Amino acid sequence: MREDLQHAVKLARIELSAEEEGRLGSQLGDILKYVDKLNELDVEGVEPTAHAVPLTNVLREDEPRESLSHEAAMRNAPKTRSGLFIVPKIVE
Amino acid sequence: MTYEAVIGLETHVQLRTRTKMWCGCANEYGAEANTNVCPVCIGLPGVLPVPNAEALRKTALTGMLLNCDVPSYAKWDRKNYFYPDNPKNYQLTQLDFPSTIEGFVEFEFGEGIERVRINRAHLEEDVGKSTHFSDYSGVDFNRAGVPLLEIVTEPDLTGPDMAYDYLNALKAILENGGVSDCDMEKGQVRCDVNISVRPVGQTDLGEKIEIKNMNSFSGVRRAAAYEIERQIGVLREGGTLVQETRRWDDVVGITENMRTKEDAHDYRYFPDPDLMPHTPSEGWIAEVRASVKELPLARKQRLIADFKLPSSDAVVFVGDAALGDYFEVATKGAKNPKAVANWVINNLQAKLSEIGSTVADVKFETSAIGELVGLVEGGKISSKIAQDVFAEMFESGKSPATIVEEKGLSQVCDTSELMVFCNEAIEANSVSVEDFRNGKEAALNFLKGQVMKASRGKANPKIVGELLKEILG
Amino acid sequence: MPHTLTISQLTDKLAQGELSSREATQSCLDRIDAVDGQLNAFLSHDPEDALTQADAADAARAAGKSRPLLGVPIAMKDVIAVNGHPLNCASKILGDFNSPYDATVTEKLREAGAVVFGRVNMDEFAMGSSTENSAFGPARNPWDSDCIPGGSSGGSAVAVAADECLASLGSDTGGSIRQPAALCGCVGLKPTYGRVSRYGLVAFASSLDQVGPLTKDVRDAATMLGVIAGEDKRDSTNVPEPVPDYIAALTGDVKGLKIGLPKEYQVDGIDPEVKSATEAAVAELEKHGAEVKEISLPHTQYAIATYYIIATAEASANLARFEGVRYGARVDGASPEKMNRATRGAGFGEEVKRRIILGTYVLSSGYYDAYYLRAQKVRTLIRQDFLNAFKEVDLIASPTTPTPAFKIGEKVDDPLQMYLSDIFTISCNLAGLCGISIPCGFSVSGLPLGLQLLGKPFGEPDLLRAAHAYEQATDWHTKRPEIS
Repeated sequence: MREDLQHAVKLARIELSAEEEGRLGSQLGDILKYVDKLNELDVEGVEPTAHAVPLTNVLREDEPRESLSHEAAMRNAPKTRSGLFIVPKIVE
Repeated sequence: MTYEAVIGLETHVQLRTRTKMWCGCANEYGAEANTNVCPVCIGLPGVLPVPNAEALRKTALTGMLLNCDVPSYAKWDRKNYFYPDNPKNYQLTQLDFPSTIEGFVEFEFGEGIERVRINRAHLEEDVGKSTHFSDYSGVDFNRAGVPLLEIVTEPDLTGPDMAYDYLNALKAILENGGVSDCDMEKGQVRCDVNISVRPVGQTDLGEKIEIKNMNSFSGVRRAAAYEIERQIGVLREGGTLVQETRRWDDVVGITENMRTKEDAHDYRYFPDPDLMPHTPSEGWIAEVRASVKELPLARKQRLIADFKLPSSDAVVFVGDAALGDYFEVATKGAKNPKAVANWVINNLQAKLSEIGSTVADVKFETSAIGELVGLVEGGKISSKIAQDVFAEMFESGKSPATIVEEKGLSQVCDTSELMVFCNEAIEANSVSVEDFRNGKEAALNFLKGQVMKASRGKANPKIVGELLKEILG
Repeated sequence: MPHTLTISQLTDKLAQGELSSREATQSCLDRIDAVDGQLNAFLSHDPEDALTQADAADAARAAGKSRPLLGVPIAMKDVIAVNGHPLNCASKILGDFNSPYDATVTEKLREAGAVVFGRVNMDEFAMGSSTENSAFGPARNPWDSDCIPGGSSGGSAVAVAADECLASLGSDTGGSIRQPAALCGCVGLKPTYGRVSRYGLVAFASSLDQVGPLTKDVRDAATMLGVIAGEDKRDSTNVPEPVPDYIAALTGDVKGLKIGLPKEYQVDGIDPEVKSATEAAVAELEKHGAEVKEISLPHTQYAIATYYIIATAEASANLARFEGVRYGARVDGASPEKMNRATRGAGFGEEVKRRIILGTYVLSSGYYDAYYLRAQKVRTLIRQDFLNAFKEVDLIASPTTPTPAFKIGEKVDDPLQMYLSDIFTISCNLAGLCGISIPCGFSVSGLPLGLQLLGKPFGEPDLLRAAHAYEQATDWHTKRPEIS
């Protein structure tokens, strides 16, 4: 797999087998070549569509709402202890 | 070759709101782990954020307190990075269109006033809190989603002491303004420092190195002092510095490399598609502006100038805004504001803290202290009696005049009346008289004390002194 | 047989007391038992829970209550949160995740009295056009079990077409409701972006996703839309536009309705049977008074590239939360990073991995301007194409898909080929329009063909009106597959 795609794999935190790397690398290469098609267009002066609807100022008042019970919040946790979500030791 | 330091500070401040930024969970410190959480703030599949209007108001307010502009368009971006305390593994923040920009903070530094420019104060969300154990870590998401203001200075700071004073001034501004409680122990204020050094006279900046992990303002000062020395040392030895992030170890007193530019996160910022832009109207901004209070430095300067107070008194009133407000009302029309200040600081504040109360619960009229000062300065009562009057005022809420009247505490100034007391004291204390006549000044004070006792404190001490001297020659 | 009824037919019979909800629900459950073994539309369902809800609906009806979907069994695509039920998005990575909350659409269905039951199959995380990307095996087209049912809401389309439920809620990001509806011979409606709340819909591409109904006829789609549309304060992208009476829009009158045919949609690769069925359908509408004219959507050829940059970019961030910390099938590691990599490596299927990597790439430093920013600009050009077209016409017509359902396994090795088959449906999401697919015929080999109509933003009334008029002039919607 080419280096720039490997870098994306690293950023995306997905472990790939060697075989997957090969296959995906080639498929993604094709896809990237296809999307290069967009370079045919002149987009000078065109505003990007950052939002699908022209809304602004959608806000919520600072009013409390019911939280999840502790049990419901932890229900799906793979590992817990003392009310905390447990993960492998974080080393700075 | 001499070097100078160039410092920029990034301060993260938790806003004081009832609920979190994107959901209605409580924004409170100290709850049991993972009890102030909901699907939104623990990043369950399918959830969406909705911004807290109060957080936006407090952000604009902060901008105004820091003399910033509040632009008419602000938007939200995703900052993508993986970390166990980051529930969505992206943080919602403001990248290129923040809620406030381009301001400054003025504060006392050394002999003068220093001005540090603020690049921006933008709104983002806090992450969870990790606790580290021997061979695992645990995450509490109570803090995840709390509205966080990131205040970024320009690289205008020139040394560790200035950084320290800036941070304290910023804290005072934000606390005073009602924006945040700024309690560092509760994690409500966090600071990262960017430091570079360069030969004096050079205009280009040196390599910027980021320092993280300071837990107090004095920690920031220590870390900055160390890092500046370290960087200068490297350059003096002919070495080069590279852009990196370093971690301050407060126990050992050094910074250590955390990650280099190459390892630096690629945050892949892009506009958040779930959140709509904020376009504050003139009316909305005006409403926020109406809640802006006087800045601490401005208030201090005004108290000194207008009321001729010493700096130390002004500092007390700035530190305790309610007390300061009380003073300004109490001193209306008073000829001697300093005297009023003395009573407010030495007596009122002391009494209030004794019983754990506030100025809101004071029983006597706001004009009472001024009245009391007037009675003393007009010679109606002695300053000693005034203390008793104050105590009674505080207890009962009655006016000083009423109390003096009811208790017959008026100072006696009538010389003929006082002569009687003086002569009685002289007759009863021949030893002291002898002593005085033999040169012991202290004996006069003893006699004076006897007169005061006999008169139950009501004699005018000054006149008594004069009379005794007259009688004894 | 109750399970073969439409919502309006069942609602009538329930109102008349001819049927109970329990009978209707049991009929669906029996049907699932009979056919789902080979169709694999349902990932799970809880018969006891379904019957409990049915009984409650019957009791409510007996007490005089009336609600639009009272007692009607509706299946949910495995991407919509249902409190107390599993939620997997047809992926291994969610493990035994059980949702502690209801999506807004789930709440609305319940409020309308529906029997909300079953999780139906889909492409993993809604990424795909064939339901072959499900971690739990593909669903099969009920008209030909060797063929794909379409995707990503394949399970929904199969369940409706095979009468395993009265209707289903699916999701559509680039055609994922309309395309499987077309391939399975049922109705699939994608509402305008912002019409229906996304709160509780597991996000694939935030600026493109919408929840919508798959039903047996257009009237049912109108009923379902009326229930799920509307304001939701938990979704900032939800538009507080009043909800019209969609049933009232079904007047049958299309006189003067202008329908546009995009000339850029006349591409090579359209199956001739698809072409002629579409032409016949448009002619039928013309017969009823609609006016047809050619329009131009000049940026059509760029839509797929635009979509696959924007959707994958948003998805790469939306799926970052699946890493084993707070939920899901964790694979342990010596550090959080190693744990994340192993969990995501083991838990995500290949198509999901492909799209996350692509999305990460187009956002990364040095590539953002060339890919993501450029794609957002082209999106503006595509939207403008449609805004211009809608100045001249009220609706746009095309085939839903270029071909009928292809064989399972036929395109799995060539993802790009798979992407190219989305050509007619994809622009609708980019431009924020509403769209519907309705049956318009069969191929010689007996596979359904679909007609797509696209409408202006919040133009569902006209859209449903035209779709309904066409449907009622034909009988495609009455056909059912033979399932042995």
